[in-house]
This record gives sequence, structure tokens and C-alpha cells, in this order.
Amino acid sequence: MTMIDCVENRLLTSRRGFLLGGASFAAWAYLPKFARAADGRDPRLVVVILRGALDGLATVAPIGDPDYAGLHGSIALTADGAHPAIRLDSFFALHPAMPEFARMYRDQHAAVIHAVATPYRDRSHFDGQDVLESGYAGPGRVQSGWLNRALEALPRGERVSSGLAVGPTTPLVLRGNAPTVGWAPVALPQADEDTAMRLAELYRHRDPALAMALSQGLQLDKAAAGNDMKPKVGNQAAQMRQVARGASKLMAADDGPRIAALAFDGWDTHANEGGPVGRLAFLLGGLDGALSEFESGLGTRWRDTVIVVATEFGRTARINGTDGTDHGTGTIALLAGGAVKGGRVIADWPGLKLANLHEGRDLKPTTDLRSVIKGVLQEQFGLSDRVLAETVFPDSAGARPMKGLVV
Amino acid sequence: MARDSQAALVALNRFGFGARGGASGDLINAASDPRGFVKAELARPNGVLLEAPGLQSTPQLGQAVFAYQDQVRQAREAAKETAKETAKETAKETAKAAAPAESPAQAPADQKPALRRNLSLNAAAEITGQMADAKPAENTVKPETMQPNAAPPAAKPAPQPLNVIQKTFRAEALARLQRATLAECGFTERLVAFWSNHFCISASKGELTRIWAGAFEREAIRPHVLGRFADMLKAVEQHPAMLFFLDNQQSLGPDSRAGQNRKRGLNENLAREIMELHTLGVGGGYTQEDVTSLARIITGWTFAGRQGQLGPPGSFVFNANAHQPGPQILLGKTYEPTGLAQGEAALADIARHPATANFIATKFVRHFVADDPPPALVARLRDVFVRTDGDLRAMAIALVDSDEAWKAPLTKMRSPYEFLVASGRLLARVPEDPGRYLNGLNLLGQPLWSPAGPNGFPDTNAAWAAPEGMKLRLDIAAQIGSRLGSNIDPLDLLEFAVADAASIETRRTVERAESRQQALALLLMSPEMQRR
Repeated sequence: MTMIDCVENRLLTSRRGFLLGGASFAAWAYLPKFARAADGRDPRLVVVILRGALDGLATVAPIGDPDYAGLHGSIALTADGAHPAIRLDSFFALHPAMPEFARMYRDQHAAVIHAVATPYRDRSHFDGQDVLESGYAGPGRVQSGWLNRALEALPRGERVSSGLAVGPTTPLVLRGNAPTVGWAPVALPQADEDTAMRLAELYRHRDPALAMALSQGLQLDKAAAGNDMKPKVGNQAAQMRQVARGASKLMAADDGPRIAALAFDGWDTHANEGGPVGRLAFLLGGLDGALSEFESGLGTRWRDTVIVVATEFGRTARINGTDGTDHGTGTIALLAGGAVKGGRVIADWPGLKLANLHEGRDLKPTTDLRSVIKGVLQEQFGLSDRVLAETVFPDSAGARPMKGLVV
Repeated sequence: MARDSQAALVALNRFGFGARGGASGDLINAASDPRGFVKAELARPNGVLLEAPGLQSTPQLGQAVFAYQDQVRQAREAAKETAKETAKETAKETAKAAAPAESPAQAPADQKPALRRNLSLNAAAEITGQMADAKPAENTVKPETMQPNAAPPAAKPAPQPLNVIQKTFRAEALARLQRATLAECGFTERLVAFWSNHFCISASKGELTRIWAGAFEREAIRPHVLGRFADMLKAVEQHPAMLFFLDNQQSLGPDSRAGQNRKRGLNENLAREIMELHTLGVGGGYTQEDVTSLARIITGWTFAGRQGQLGPPGSFVFNANAHQPGPQILLGKTYEPTGLAQGEAALADIARHPATANFIATKFVRHFVADDPPPALVARLRDVFVRTDGDLRAMAIALVDSDEAWKAPLTKMRSPYEFLVASGRLLARVPEDPGRYLNGLNLLGQPLWSPAGPNGFPDTNAAWAAPEGMKLRLDIAAQIGSRLGSNIDPLDLLEFAVADAASIETRRTVERAESRQQALALLLMSPEMQRR
């Protein structure tokens, strides 16, 4: 009877999930439009945090670098073979799981910034995410996020009243004094596969009885999902799309929030990362789907939109003993949207020779992620150098806003 | 000082509900004097009693149910009348033709909520903070679609206002959850939960047990958790909730006046469960004849109904009219016809029966120490039980004083209730709304105060470490993680929960999680948090 209870409960939950559709939120719309005076644009910004440290070298591969293939070994992308990477220019190629991003790139609505990193140089996810989202130069300052402070700094009377936090909690990047609203699709009750995998591993070492029970439980669950005609592994990617679809619908409204932040988990590819196919490919496919959901969901607003995709740090240049990569430093940031001056990979490429790697392990960062974000904030919202250097990203005067990222 | 952390873990997890987060210092306090830490709660006079503003007595709650049922009935009849009137009106309107009725659907829709209007007659209605998540939609924003983040994230809106029964249940649940969350060690609250499950009723039996579930525990269990077993037994078997749950109010002595008049007789249900589940245990040396005999002995044990002919509605009464006349032989002893005293004498004897001592000691040790209870420890507690005439405080102290209880590995699986409470304590979240807990308990197969049968919830690893259960626990832990994880430092929490008694693997798993949210989920699911 417990089983039946549970099943019913889940069905109810997911049914609720379908009801979220036409959200109206006129209550939040007491603000005037935030419009750029010069060209009448009504800019929008979406920040997507990839938690777990994305392998930038596996997503936008420097296939022109003679050391890349050797370091990335069995998971390296290639320009040929059954799943060829998509050429972005003569040096870089995009992961084949991201055809939508490739299309945007061709249409000059997407760009890549490579060998990028926050000022954080250690390898803790938690601290790395704090630095990425708080906008401070070091860890331990977790009260507010740079996006919230940017929101606060917008000119009075012209400002977007609320940032939109997508997900069950407000990501740190959007926490702070400026008001935010939250929205989450209701039907995300299940633990993700990565968490389940880690727990199974812990149990395998410490508690065989629980390991057995958990693995059987997970199998049962997969079997149940199979009955549903759903693709067995479709869950997480489908969730990413669902989240993006909902958020874009809210942001597309004339009186909707102009600024949003959301986070996708699961990028910590320690083992079995996979190359052109496999686990990372699956996640990148989800991200790609989410970007295209934003494009279609935002409709005519897409042309005023910049999406910034960032992660706390990268992964080691060399694959490890379990066909994955460990915590590294330099990685990529992605920009997508109609307002992006795209079709470019922006990189001061440091090279992958051993001597050029950060600590002999990681892609050396040559671009400060703060410069990228500051550039976007400045060109989308007109924030001054000073506000950006002192309030939004404190003590960041050295990281000048990057110019020309936005059309 | 690894040894001390281990002992602190035993103190907090085996005997209590786990360490509290924040500034409690529970683990350090427990480590400095583990036994003293556990026993401190036993020394607090009346520390087991639970009083919260608005929680009412069983008769008061019984009357609230009766009144509620009356109002529902009246409202239903009124609605029927109105419907008839409306039908007539509509017929007339239709006959008048030309202008059609505006919206015929409206009338019945309006009447339905009226049936469920707040019919509360008591203050229990005021208690719960749960209405916070039942706010009506403001303006055009649906709460489930977007919420201002300044306000606490609200759950789904309640579709209907709660009736007095639901409100009371939630208020009682909240009071219990808050007590368990705030307790220093939680040993006495664990004892309450143990005895409440031993002498369980089920809230799903009907409206009366639902509204009475909390009061039953407050009135029949708590006052005796550190008192005498015989007193608890009597309080339980005379409580209206138990009499209703096991149908003793329907049982009539075949030769009693009521039995003769109504041509009805015994219901053995309660008598059987008293001996099988509450005292002697299966194989405790009683026969079917003894069951029938005890059933006769306790005929007339009932509660006053809505008319209140026998006493204040909802209170325990002895109905001499329904009581089987004459002496009865039970377990070889003759009980003279002394009315209510006949049954009380029988219960007192059963309470001090050696089989009872054995049954209780075994179950007690199984709950706190291991699925296969160490026989020597069981024997010692049985002896304490016999020697002290069922002094439950003495038995609890003997357990804490035993070496077995401190040396046995922490292998027992936390029940869903223990798991959720331990998580709330670690996160230093005082529950303000019982909803999430009640949902979690339903999902994990331990709905509060609602076991499937009179034998209560199981108390073995096999029951709680089942595949589907583990998968669901993980889902719940992940939800807690994603809801609360962003504001916590998972490594601090690991220190609060287990400190240096954490295994290397657990520490590493938490440290290496890819986000705080994930780290929290993994910590909550770690063997250190699942086992006690």
C-alpha cells in the first residue's frame, strides 16, 4: 500500500507540473519599462550557473592545439569520426551535442570566451561557486551576489523591480537587497543521477546493505520510468528544457522580469565523462535545449537578450584514471542571444604545453570572467566602470569591462 | 578524542534524535559525559508532558467532532433544501423563457465551500502556523507560479480551509515535532515515540481517532513514560481513542442488560490485542479462553457519546449496563464481579506477569540497540522490570547504564520519523508548519499516528532500509538539499552531526560534492545520519 501511495503522490506532483503554463504576474509589474534610451531596446539578461565545474576543453575543444588530443585522451573531440565536433573556426570546435548553439553561433548570436576564470585559484566547488556568484575576489563573502547588486545599481525609476530566481532557491548570484521573485517548475521531486551515483559509491564503501537497497530502489525507479514511455535517461535534460521554457515565458511578457538567474547541476565529471557521446554530452544536450527554449520562449525579446553561461572553474587538461577529469581552473563562458555580437571565440590562448598549464594541470586562465560579465552589464544596462568595479564586483578595477560583446 | 565522539554519537543517535546544528554544542556536551547527557532528560520533573496553547483534552475534542458532524449534517440538509428551491426557481425561469439563467453552475459551487467553512469551536484552530501556506492568491499571481522571495517560500496553497479535525491533527503534530526538534538529547521523546507505537491507535480509523491521536499520546502515554507500566496500561486501555480504535465501545456482555436488550455480544478485539500486542506477547501463555474472558471483563469500558447520557461526551465511562455480570477466570485466577474494578485488577495482574516483562524488555532493547537484541541485556532489563514492578524509568536507566548499549555498533536504521526529525535538528529548523513532515512521513511509509495495524510500525532494518524507501529518502534529502543547501556550510554541519566520528568516505563524499545542495543531500543520506 505504501507503494501505491507513493506512486499516486508522484503522479499528482507531476500533473501539477503541467499546470504551470500560463503564468501571469502583473503584480510584479508596477515598474516602468527599462529601456535603453538610445535605441529603444528593452534588454534582458539571463545568467546560467553550471554547478560542478564544466570541462571547457571538452565543450569547446582546441582541436588545433597539438597537445589537446594527447591530454584529453579517449574523451577528446575530433573533427572527424562518427560524431565529429562542429568547427567554430580553424582552431576551436564545438561539442556535437550542441547543434542549437552552433546555429546561433553561425547566425552570430552566440560567442565563446575561452581560457576564462574567476579570480579563484583553488579547487573547492563551494568556495569556487561563492566567488563566481558573490562577485568578490575571494571566498567567504556570501551575503549577496553580483547580479543582485547590479540590479540595485540600475537607475532609479528606470529599474527592473525584481530579478527572477529560477529554481527552488534563489542562487547566491541573485541574492541581496534588490527584490527578487522566485519560480520553479513544480515537478522536480527526484534526486538527480549524479547525487544518486555518489551516494551509491559511499554506501558501497561503508554500508553494503544500504548500497544494495539503494541500487535496487534506483533500478525500480528506472523501470517505472520506462513504463511511462519516457526515455530512461531523458530526465535531467528534459528538466533543463522545462526550466528554461518556464523562465522564458515569464521573461517574455512586457511587464516581466528582465533579469533572471538559474543553475544547472551535475557538471562534476570525475569519472566516465564521455567524449562526443556519454554523460557530459547528455548534459550539454540539455543545456543546448535550454538555450533554444529561451530563444523560442522569448520570441521577439530574443533580439534584446544576452544569456551568460558560467561555471565555477574548469577541469584538468589531462584525463584521469577513471576516464574523467579532476577539478581544474581555466574553462569557458558562453554567450547566447540576439543581442550578442557573436560568431567568435574570444581567447588569449595560453597553449596546452605542460609548461603553459596552470600548476602543470589546468588550462591557464588568461581572461577574467568578471571582465566578460562587466562588459555585458555595461553594454546591456549602461552601468558605469566605477559601479562595476566597486559595487557589483568589489575590488575589480584591474578587470576592465570587455568591450564589444553586445550588438 | 575519537572515542569520545563515538560515545557522543551513541548518546545522541542511539538514544536521542541526533545533534542539533547551530550553536547547540550537542556533540561536545554529549562527548564530555555521554551517559549523564542522556540521563539528564530523565531527571526533569514533568519533562515528558506536552502542553501547548490550544491543545485540548479528549472530551473537549470529542465534543468538537460531534459539533462539527452536526454542522456538516445541517449544512448538507440546508444545501439539499436550497437545491430543491433552486431547481424550482430554475424551472420557473426556464418556463419564463426569453432570458436564460445567467450561470446555473454558480449556485452549487458556492454552497460547497459553505459546508467546509471553519466550524471550529475551539482554540486549536488558532494554533497552527500552517495557514501561512494557505494564503489565498493575491492579485493575479498564483502562488505556485511566482513568489516574492522576501516571504518564506510557500508550499502549495490549501485548496479548502481545514476543518477542526484536520486543524487539530496538524496542531498536535506540530507540537510533537517542535518538542522533538528542540529537545536537548531527545531521549524522552524517543521513549514517547516508542511507547506511542507500542500502544498505537490509528488516526485513519475515523474522525474520532484523527482528532484524538495527539491527545491520546499526551494523556495516556506521556505521563507514564517514566512512571509505571501498569499505570500506562490502564490509561491506554481506558482511553476513548483506544476503545474506539479497537471497537470495545461496541462490545456488550452477552448477559448484560444491554446485551440482552440488543441481542448483541462480545467484541474480543481489544482484549486480544491487550494480551498479544500490549502485554504478554504471542506465546505469552494465554489461551483463546483467556481472550474471551478478558473481553467479558472489560465489557462496559466505553466513552460517552454525543448525547452525553453516561457522562460528558467524549470522556471514558464504565457502562454497568453493558458489563458482563459474574466472576471471570483469567490466566487461572478468578476475578470477582466488582464492575470497573474487575478489569482494572485484571490489567494490573497482566502488567506484572513475567511474560509481559520479557516481551517489553525484548522490544525495548530491539528498538534501542539491535534487531537481534543481546540476550543478556534483555534479561537484565526484564529483571529490573520485575523487581521494580514495571518502573519504566528504572528500565530506561538500566539500558543507559549497560555496556552493551554503548558498545553495540550503530546498525539500526532510523525510522522515517527519526530521519526527518534528525534532519530538522541538524539544520536547526524549528518546524512552523507540519506539512512537509507529514507529507514526508506519508511518502516514506510511516504516516504519523497511522500505522496499518494495531501492531504499530515495524522496528527493524528490513522494514526501513527497503529499496523503494531508500530511493524516496534520497529524493527527500535532495529536496531538502535544494531548498536549504545554499545557505549552509555542509562541512560545519558534518562537524555538528558526527565530528571526528565521521568515516573518511563520508567526509570525502560531502567535501567533494559539486554543490552545497548536493553536499547536504549526501550528508543527510550518509550512513552516519541513517543509522543509529
